[in-house]
Amino acid sequence: MTTLTFPGRFDSLPMIADFVRMSAQEAGLSSFQIYAVETAVDEACANIIEHAYGGEDIGNIECGCVITEKGLTIILRDTGRPFNPENIKNPDLNSSLAERSDHGLGLYFIRQWMDAVDFEFKPGSNTLTMSKFKENQT
Amino acid sequence: MEITHTQFKHCDVVKVTGRVDSSTAPLLSEALTKITEAGRYRIVVDMAGLDFISSAGLRALISTQKTCRRYNRGEIVLSGLPANIAATLDLAGFTPLFKIFPDATSAVGNF
Repeated sequence: MTTLTFPGRFDSLPMIADFVRMSAQEAGLSSFQIYAVETAVDEACANIIEHAYGGEDIGNIECGCVITEKGLTIILRDTGRPFNPENIKNPDLNSSLAERSDHGLGLYFIRQWMDAVDFEFKPGSNTLTMSKFKENQT
Repeated sequence: MEITHTQFKHCDVVKVTGRVDSSTAPLLSEALTKITEAGRYRIVVDMAGLDFISSAGLRALISTQKTCRRYNRGEIVLSGLPANIAATLDLAGFTPLFKIFPDATSAVGNF
């Protein structure tokens, strides 16, 4: 596993994306799958900064990439506020423009585009583990 | 991310290239708000050179679409969507909320 630590700031997002894209390529994912992983990681990290830390420069984001036989597993860790993923409702994608909510898409993207998603909250440490499997493995 | 804004007689074209994420989406928002605050509500967002868009970028688009469509005074349309970007819009259920054109020229012709 390769793990890098990034400052919890929005301008870390492109660097985290570079790291994850490189690992996804190495893991043998297809070009669209790499994009899907980049999206999920970007949304997860933006949520960590915005919601777990409640702002920039409060804490770090640890990002680990594990290449497995099946594909790629990403482990994101932060030390911010925990949350209950079950309380985050899926956005209503059929609502009219006027009723369309501005939030809630991030977690929905993660759940839709990753093959396995698991949150673990321990005192002082939140861990999101998510995997994307190679196309012939799903 | 880079933004190029061209003002035409009937509409404005905003060309966005690179990566729109939480660090750059505020700049896209700002560019679009500047146009609507000038009383111009017919906007083409040309995405032909866009590599990545997150939900933060989608929020900038939807909030400007709400402003533009008010009183039927205009709308944002999109052009030149790369396949990955189109897939993101689709996943978010945004495809019915925007007219989508193959390129900026046909999008401008819509107005």
